[in-house]
Amino acid sequence: MTWTTEEIAGLVEPDRAHRKAYTDPDIFDMEMERIFERTWIYVGHESQVKKRGDYYLAQVGRQPVIMIRGQDNQVNVLYNRCPHRGAQICSARKGNTGKHFYCSYHAWTFHLDGKLEGMPAKREYEGTNLDFDDPEFHMARPAQVDNYRGFWFVNLSKGGHDLKTHLGEAAAAFDQLIDRAPGKETEIVGDCFRMVQQSNWKIFLENQLDASHPGVTHESTGKAAQKLEAKIRQEGEEPPMELSFLSDFARLGHDGWTKFGTVGYRNGHSSLEGYMGLRPDDPDTNEYVRRMHEAYGEKKAEEILGTNIHHMLVYPCNSVQPPLQQLRTIRPLAHDKTLTEIWHFRLKNAPEKIYRRSLAYYYMVNSPSTLINADDLFNWWKCQHGLDSSASEWVSFHRKAGQDEERDGVSYSAPESMSELPLRHMMHAWREYMTATVGEKL
Amino acid sequence: MTEACELLAASDVNAVADVSIETQLTVERFLYRQAELLDEKLIEDWMALFSDDGWYWMPAEADQVEGDGQPNIFWEDQGLMLMRNARNTHPRAHSQAPHNRLCHVVSNVIIESENADGDIIVRSRFQCAEYLRYEVRNFSGKYRHLLKKTRAGYKIALQRVDLVNREGPYDYVLQWWL
Ligand code: FES
Ligand SMILES: [Fe+2]
Repeated sequence: MTWTTEEIAGLVEPDRAHRKAYTDPDIFDMEMERIFERTWIYVGHESQVKKRGDYYLAQVGRQPVIMIRGQDNQVNVLYNRCPHRGAQICSARKGNTGKHFYCSYHAWTFHLDGKLEGMPAKREYEGTNLDFDDPEFHMARPAQVDNYRGFWFVNLSKGGHDLKTHLGEAAAAFDQLIDRAPGKETEIVGDCFRMVQQSNWKIFLENQLDASHPGVTHESTGKAAQKLEAKIRQEGEEPPMELSFLSDFARLGHDGWTKFGTVGYRNGHSSLEGYMGLRPDDPDTNEYVRRMHEAYGEKKAEEILGTNIHHMLVYPCNSVQPPLQQLRTIRPLAHDKTLTEIWHFRLKNAPEKIYRRSLAYYYMVNSPSTLINADDLFNWWKCQHGLDSSASEWVSFHRKAGQDEERDGVSYSAPESMSELPLRHMMHAWREYMTATVGEKL
Repeated sequence: MTEACELLAASDVNAVADVSIETQLTVERFLYRQAELLDEKLIEDWMALFSDDGWYWMPAEADQVEGDGQPNIFWEDQGLMLMRNARNTHPRAHSQAPHNRLCHVVSNVIIESENADGDIIVRSRFQCAEYLRYEVRNFSGKYRHLLKKTRAGYKIALQRVDLVNREGPYDYVLQWWL
């Protein structure tokens, strides 16, 4: 069906959202057009393309793009499409293309900035409208390409906020990924893990800051981790700290989870405050803190380490956990299919043990064999199918509705609660994006 | 774990050891039993195939030479195996309701080397169907085993599993070992 602006606006109420927002394929197409192809979407980190000619593919909305490091050593983003007859230029997900792009269909070649370089039997184009200087015959560049401290984004439409304004308070997630490094640099480790969720992209985002689910969803894994901890203690040793990342799920209980507030920022971003005792008093952490003090001076170091973010959702496309050095990108494929790519970062000059600790979390919570996400994925799949039912038209966001606090355009969850603030906040932003007057398109 | 990981990473596809028929049969039987125990979910018996300091490893990259300190698909010692089994068999392991079923076929068993102590490096291939949530999906890949000869028979020092589709994307988590 086609949706009018009024009908779309009617899908979101202050404390509930209509199931069609999650299940309707036409709504999905409109989301791609009005959100994913009209605001800033994450492409990748500069350390994925270290050498000239290195490239990495990504999907922005419905558009395939290439992140490329050019001959001038600058990172750029281009559409992955040949201006001749439309073939995709790069087909491997990553690689090095050398000094130019080469199309495998009729051998047109392009400079790394996308300009047309040549083709076989070039003279046959003499006397035609093909013009080497006309961008029509170049690999196209998205309307806006920019980066925030080495994290690259594109906006496929002109107009709107610049990247920095769009990120606003959410930029802290990227700052933290870098600034927590005593060496003041961060770097991707290995390739990403890719998982297809059989559910709507919003169901994933709504899960990420939901403090009321881990104790329930992850109870079995929490209990299993406690069992292993007990066995290790029985053998006279202290269990490694990373096991507590899992056993906490069974240990924290309702009162434990209400300690962590949530915050909703401008443009749809939101965060969950710090938890998990990520600054314990152990020799490795103390060594890390010492290196931070040495690198930044005590005051600045404490400011960085004191930033109270466990998890930041950068609307609509990233879920970032800076204290564990991981970043996830959301690439919606269909109304009931979502690709996520999760990346792990290494903080330059942090002690090896600190890196290993976050790597253990990455393994246990986000690898393709994770026991944690196994149960999350299953819930999301069940939600997607449940919402196909017309038993009720609404999804409830009532927990602490109307009781959050708002100051200067930022909303804060009601204290000592597992408020569903982020859910209300994101759907409110969704309505704003979906009903905004159409900006200037490319 | 460095030494065992390096040994299996350096495995030479052109190396074929001239072992006795008896050794060949014993190793094959061991590999078949490994798969059977997984398929039948006799997990404690399966874990007992590993030496106390043995590891199960599914690397994320083809050219990976070390499991420790790297992103992996699986990287588990006896402790993590115990945790996975405890979780998967917990009554509130929601995504294990209904339980999956696995069906392995192991073949192409080529013993690469047998040292003076009787320790073996062996390559083989597997196909595995997983029935999950009323649908079948298929995995296939290459096994590399480092087997230590003990009085109680062979023990797995390291089982390296390279999936043909290791980069994914995965349409669901691998909750059980393959
Ligand atoms: S489609 Fe690319 S050269 Fe023809
Ligand atoms: Fe979860």
